[in-house]
Amino acid sequence: MWAEGESEGLQTLGIVVVVCSSLKLLHYLGLIDLSDDKIEDELEMTMVCHRPEGLEQLEAQTNFTKRELQVLYRGFKNECPSGVVNEETFKQIYAQFFPHGDASTYAHYLFHAFDTTQTGSVKFEDFVTALSILLRGTVHEKLRWTFNLYDINKDGYINKEEMMDIVKAIYDMMGKYTYPVLREDTPRQHVDVFFQKMDKNKDGIVTLDEFLESCQEDDNIMRSLQLFQNVM
Amino acid sequence: MAAGVAAWLPFARAAAIGWMPVANCPMPLAPADKSKRQDELIVLNVSGRRFQTWRTTLERYPDTLLGSTEKEFFFNEDTKEYFFDRDPEVFRCVLNFYRTGKLHYPRYECISAYDDELAFYGILPEIIGDCCYEEYKDRKRENAERLMDDNDSENNQESMPSLSFRQTMWRAFENPHTSTLALVFYYVTGFFIAVSVITNVVETVPCGTVPGSKELPCGERYSVAFFCLDTACVMIFTVEYLLRLFAAPSRYRFIRSVMSIIDVVAIMPYYIGLVMTDNEDVSGAFVTLRVFRVFRIFKFSRHSQGLRILGYTLKSCASELGFLLFSLTMAIIIFATVMFYAEKGSSASKFTSIPASFWYTIVTMTTLGYGDMVPKTIAGKIFGSICSLSGVLVIALPVPVIVSNFSRIYHQNQRADKRRAQKKARLARIRVAKTGSSNAYLHSKRNGLLNEALELMGTPEEESMGKTTSLIESQHHHLLHCLEKTTNHEFIDEQMFEQNCMESSMQNYPSTRSPSLSSHPGLTTTCCSRRSKKTTHLPNSNLPATRLRSMQELSTIHIQGSEQPSLTTSRSSLNLKADDGLRPNCKASHITTAIISIPTPPALTPEGESRPPPASPGPNTNIPAIASNVVKVSAL
Repeated sequence: MWAEGESEGLQTLGIVVVVCSSLKLLHYLGLIDLSDDKIEDELEMTMVCHRPEGLEQLEAQTNFTKRELQVLYRGFKNECPSGVVNEETFKQIYAQFFPHGDASTYAHYLFHAFDTTQTGSVKFEDFVTALSILLRGTVHEKLRWTFNLYDINKDGYINKEEMMDIVKAIYDMMGKYTYPVLREDTPRQHVDVFFQKMDKNKDGIVTLDEFLESCQEDDNIMRSLQLFQNVM
Repeated sequence: MAAGVAAWLPFARAAAIGWMPVANCPMPLAPADKSKRQDELIVLNVSGRRFQTWRTTLERYPDTLLGSTEKEFFFNEDTKEYFFDRDPEVFRCVLNFYRTGKLHYPRYECISAYDDELAFYGILPEIIGDCCYEEYKDRKRENAERLMDDNDSENNQESMPSLSFRQTMWRAFENPHTSTLALVFYYVTGFFIAVSVITNVVETVPCGTVPGSKELPCGERYSVAFFCLDTACVMIFTVEYLLRLFAAPSRYRFIRSVMSIIDVVAIMPYYIGLVMTDNEDVSGAFVTLRVFRVFRIFKFSRHSQGLRILGYTLKSCASELGFLLFSLTMAIIIFATVMFYAEKGSSASKFTSIPASFWYTIVTMTTLGYGDMVPKTIAGKIFGSICSLSGVLVIALPVPVIVSNFSRIYHQNQRADKRRAQKKARLARIRVAKTGSSNAYLHSKRNGLLNEALELMGTPEEESMGKTTSLIESQHHHLLHCLEKTTNHEFIDEQMFEQNCMESSMQNYPSTRSPSLSSHPGLTTTCCSRRSKKTTHLPNSNLPATRLRSMQELSTIHIQGSEQPSLTTSRSSLNLKADDGLRPNCKASHITTAIISIPTPPALTPEGESRPPPASPGPNTNIPAIASNVVKVSAL
């Protein structure tokens, strides 16, 4: 009768349940090992600790005094005790200055501009070198650094897409609540204006020379480059 | 912005160069850096422990004491450091807050001390980091509860000046220790509750047989006696309930309270039984009502604090109990179903339906195991064993939560009781300290006056007395003295005041005891007249004994001949010598050797330090006291 079949079926079910639970129990007790991959015991061996070169060397390589280097290093070490900044931390730090919008994209580009060796982490030397250029460098050096920033794929040319990305990233930092309201095509218009100014031979890309030339012609840009002269 | 990130601001500003070529409009001017001050180390000396940090570290939080110019108030020019006379341990946490941006709360620190320190440094406790916030909040809550408890019990203890009869009755009901009558009432009701419960129980015991019929329970055999007992108990309960209802400050709330519902439920069956006697149809319902008589046992919860705590615990663990119930129900249904289908095959199985299996499941899960229903098939046995194992686990889980709740509430109550017991001692201490300080003033007044006199006299010995007064004390007393002069009245203590009132109804006693006294017209108050010109020095010190009655003496002392009646201090400078002469001929000669600067309890020092009595006796009423003093003096 189906009642018997039922109870037999239940019997088998019961036995299966018992066997499975005892296997699980043994696994938990550590007597047997049922897992396929042992991810649990992976230690994170990513505690890299990097120490910068000596103070004198850095002083020689950059335009900062010892005192300034000390102040910079203290701030740097406070945020990144391991001595290197990775992109995540970099983005977090930068985002703290721009609470209104999303600074992560621009920080991403900045990071790659700082990380000259493309290792994925910025050491103190890289940091200080870049800062030295930006704050104490010549106009030429600053402009070259900015060109490097805009050139996302580092191929020596800035094309419209790269510029669009950069401008979009800058506009992202503004956030939603702006006056006048940000429209969809505002970045594109901005890029068009820029390209018109920069691209001398109208070939759709901006080379370093074109860039340098156009910027030096523009008084506004020249003046604004001197803006952060006394930041330290 | 977080603390440390401020150090990255130069970097952020430098990176802004990336926007420059893209910008269409000219940039605003950069703010000028006012003082190109190099970052300097500043030294913070907190009660001797020196902390050093960069100035910019402190400036990260400009709305706190250390970050603003407020710290300049604590700058010590000589040592070129900032000195704070505060706790160095807590300062460590405060300074770490500036350094790391996270404020921690150390567990060993007292919560109110920590709060005080934070308030001093202008730091809001809300920014305590997540790691320590819970602990901080818990401790704060406990402290608040403790304070509330204290306030509550204080309010309860205060004797309200005039209570209406109703309010006294309510207080008597709520707190039986307020008066003997309340206590008696409390015990009587307790006794009757016990009697009633025992009667209910004994009623059902089989009591022996009446010949010719089967065994009867006692209730039916002695029905009259039991009925009388029941009536008596219900009378008492009804009276009690009505009295409580009358006395309750808010009748509506009282009626809705749990205890009153229990009261009503306890006495209702009796009245209902009176109303519907011997009506066969409803006797079934009537029997059910008698069951409710057992609720009288809950009336004991007024008498037992432990019961109340238990009830309160269960109420506060309602969610855990609910969870327990829910999970048990789920498990019961699952296992009952499984067992039913497992046992369906076996013959003559007791598992006739799923609800019938409920009983088996409950009995098994709670590990009772009556054995009236037992699985016979193998599957049934397997699932039955799984059922009992899981039952143990499911029931054991919420129990520790309930237990810990009970323990916490119980200990809280213990603590409240202990505090109440210690309250008396605490209040006595506080009272003594208060009278000490006021007496210190009165005492030093005399001494102060003494010193003035002594300057006139030029006696060196008594000068040391003045020096025992600290500068603060003497300035404080001078302040009180000025107040007296302003209002033309003087401070005296209670007993003196009462005595003066008493005496002012008696005749005017002249204050001329000794010629040295300048005559003081209209001196009605005093007992303490006189001053002997003793020059004996007291062995113990520069301190003359203070007296509670010092006012009295002062009343006969002229100060530069002020002519105020009654209560002005008058004194004869010549006669003033340590308190020798100043004899309080009033009630008790309580003499204390209080040192002025310390408000020691003056009232109760032994009279061994009594001074020699005045030459002239005071009013008649005080003579006996004087006599006793005289005796003492001679004993010295």
